[in-house]
Amino acid sequence: MRMVLERGERRLLLIELVYPLLLLAMGVYGGLMQTLMRAGIVQRDPFLGPNYYQGLTLHGVFNAIVFTTFFAVAFGNALVPYALGKRLPMRWAWVSALLMVVGSLMAAITIFAGGASVLYTFYPPLKAHPAFYLGLVLLVVGSWVAFFNWIPLYRHWRRENPASKTPLAVVGIFATFIVWLIATAAVAVEILFLLLPWSLGWTQEVNVMLARTLFWFFGHPLVYFWLLPAYVMYYTMLPRLAGGKLYSDAAGRLVFMLFIIFSIPVGTHHQYMDPAIGSNWKLLHAFFTFAVALPSLITAFTVAASLEYAGRLRGARGLFDWLWKQPYFSREQWLFSYLMAGLIIFIFGGISGIINASYSMNVAVHNTSWIPGHFHMTVAGPVLLAFLGMSLYLIAQVAGKEVRFRGLAVAAPWTWLVGLLLFSFAMSRGGLLGMPRRTNLGVTYLNPSSPFFREEWVLWADLAVVGGVIMTLAIVLYLLTFLGTLLSRQATEPALAFPLAEAYHDEPVRALANFRPWIVAALILIAIAYTPVIWDVLRSTYENAPPYLPSSPLPVQPAGQ
Amino acid sequence: MDRAERSTFVFSVGLLGVFFIAVVYASMGRGIEVPTCIVDREPFARDTLFERQPGLYELHMIARMWEFRPGEIRIPAGSEVDIYLTSLDVIHGFMIENETESKAHMARPLGVALAVPRYTGHNVNLMAVPGAITYARARFEQPGTYKIVCHEYCGDNHHFMNATIIVE
Ligand code: HEM
Ligand SMILES: [Cu+2]
Ligand SMILES: [Cu+2]
Repeated sequence: MRMVLERGERRLLLIELVYPLLLLAMGVYGGLMQTLMRAGIVQRDPFLGPNYYQGLTLHGVFNAIVFTTFFAVAFGNALVPYALGKRLPMRWAWVSALLMVVGSLMAAITIFAGGASVLYTFYPPLKAHPAFYLGLVLLVVGSWVAFFNWIPLYRHWRRENPASKTPLAVVGIFATFIVWLIATAAVAVEILFLLLPWSLGWTQEVNVMLARTLFWFFGHPLVYFWLLPAYVMYYTMLPRLAGGKLYSDAAGRLVFMLFIIFSIPVGTHHQYMDPAIGSNWKLLHAFFTFAVALPSLITAFTVAASLEYAGRLRGARGLFDWLWKQPYFSREQWLFSYLMAGLIIFIFGGISGIINASYSMNVAVHNTSWIPGHFHMTVAGPVLLAFLGMSLYLIAQVAGKEVRFRGLAVAAPWTWLVGLLLFSFAMSRGGLLGMPRRTNLGVTYLNPSSPFFREEWVLWADLAVVGGVIMTLAIVLYLLTFLGTLLSRQATEPALAFPLAEAYHDEPVRALANFRPWIVAALILIAIAYTPVIWDVLRSTYENAPPYLPSSPLPVQPAGQ
Repeated sequence: MDRAERSTFVFSVGLLGVFFIAVVYASMGRGIEVPTCIVDREPFARDTLFERQPGLYELHMIARMWEFRPGEIRIPAGSEVDIYLTSLDVIHGFMIENETESKAHMARPLGVALAVPRYTGHNVNLMAVPGAITYARARFEQPGTYKIVCHEYCGDNHHFMNATIIVE
């Protein structure tokens, strides 16, 4: 099925796809500079100067928050109307895009101006300029508007098709945004009630642990907000790209529902090493964290089974032959290589994630460079590659172009895989020796003339540079195909056509037909998991903190004193 | 669900169950604990180190932009230290490493060094948060210099913030 795009829809999608890629390109550049500065190879960024942490804020905010949120919205704006056979209501779609562009520009400008070198987690009592917090709020509200804009489409469709199953793609996108809505509510509370009034000088002090806990209420589901659009592609498109069928439709639905339930009551696994939260409650969150690994294991099975089915259609025999009968380097099915390279990276991302989640084992890795080693294998692995692949796929259709330089398009994800695995191995390995994350090591610990020099970290920081260079190269290859495609002559009429797969097992499961019971279950688990945590925080913190700027050990004086 | 799916499902739940039991065993059976909620300590804003009982020290550690106080701690080998930590300004991080071991590891053949680090940490990895006290107990058997690096971003000079424990 093809869905011809109208002018307004084309423009909207073009903006929502191209703009975040510009920011991502800057963010990736920032990442390369970080590896070099950490290793002590360069002392200053030619654009941003010597402040490592300004660059790191840019890197985290642009790559992990702005790029991902924009892509999820653009993907939904294309996929939901397509899968339901409806037209996107344009007025609210534009409102959403406007909010997101304005919000992200506010945040970006504040970061460039040096007013928000607080990293993408913006922990108080380090204080950013209010425009940074406000920009983030607008970005998030814009993404809510996009979601609310799809709900009436679904309602109409349901009225017209009372007996049909909701398309799996729509279930996946809605699950993504349900998780997002619940999660961002907490960070909205953190920003609107704690940080924004405080950074404006309307309130004097903030409860740091409370803000931190609200942040991680949001921060873990954030990673599923990144991951779920990739899962949508794995379930609904990858089997078709491989030439087969989705092994089980019900498995896909179950997985999305499990993510709604378990994504959120797990946030304190980022706070295992924090004070003011009872270790018993941390263990409860650890338990739920293992539960949320279950849908990923089911996905590993379903994806493998779907690929095996495709491989057998192509004549694979025996137990493992199907592994070799996949279009890994096919220029025809170039999108397959993005999804597949991401899945391979995700094996390691998942394993290292289970290690992090393992409660007291977190002692060995918390806040060492093991952690960025881990999450580049998730957010900069399956998530990034799925998003890049789909952005290219969409931009070609939205602009009515043929994908150009397909050889490069296929080379990019595999190059990324090589660079990333090297980078992540180096970061992780250094982390096991205590190499800290979020630290400009090049000035002190990896500066041979500093009294704090740490020889044993040198190898790993240098190896991370090599990985980082290869990753940057992969992005260059990608941008060449992307721009080559975008700037080529129009070849076809702009129209959407997603490679949606049929299901091999397609029996309806009643319990999975409706979101409501799963959302209720999620809210109950959140109440169970978070009430005691918040209570502990409130009863054990004995004072709040005034704001500090990163540049000074003295608190910011309230205006007029 | 077909048979293959059902067995994968059961296997996955079982695997995660085994992991979780291992986690509980490590913490309860082997006593490797994570920091917990502390309500019965007086807040402190000054650093101290004293011997509470023979061989058992109590350390009140202060983190602030951009130093730890005390910046250097000397204790005899075989001591046990109750560490209480807080911050006077922003969030800081505190992890005790074991330098002797990591140096030794670099002298090993590259293949071995690549595979696994020789890691005998002290299981002390804490966040120093203003308005809250955190706690960990560490035992220092081997003489040597144990480095502490602030591992949470705490402002412009974060990468200068470190301390040492010298075990004699
Ligand atoms: C060439 C590509 C990249 C390189 C070389 C790179 C390098 C790095 C390095 C060295 C750090 C750790 C800095 C530190 O802890 O001191 C880091 C952090 C981070 N990176 Fe990347 N990165 C790249 C791409 C990406 C992408 C594509 C994403 C997400 C889509 C991403 C997300 C993050 C995040 C969220 C952090 C954590 C920032 C923080 O701790 O505040 N990176 N990156
Ligand atoms: Cu998490
Ligand atoms: Cu620090």
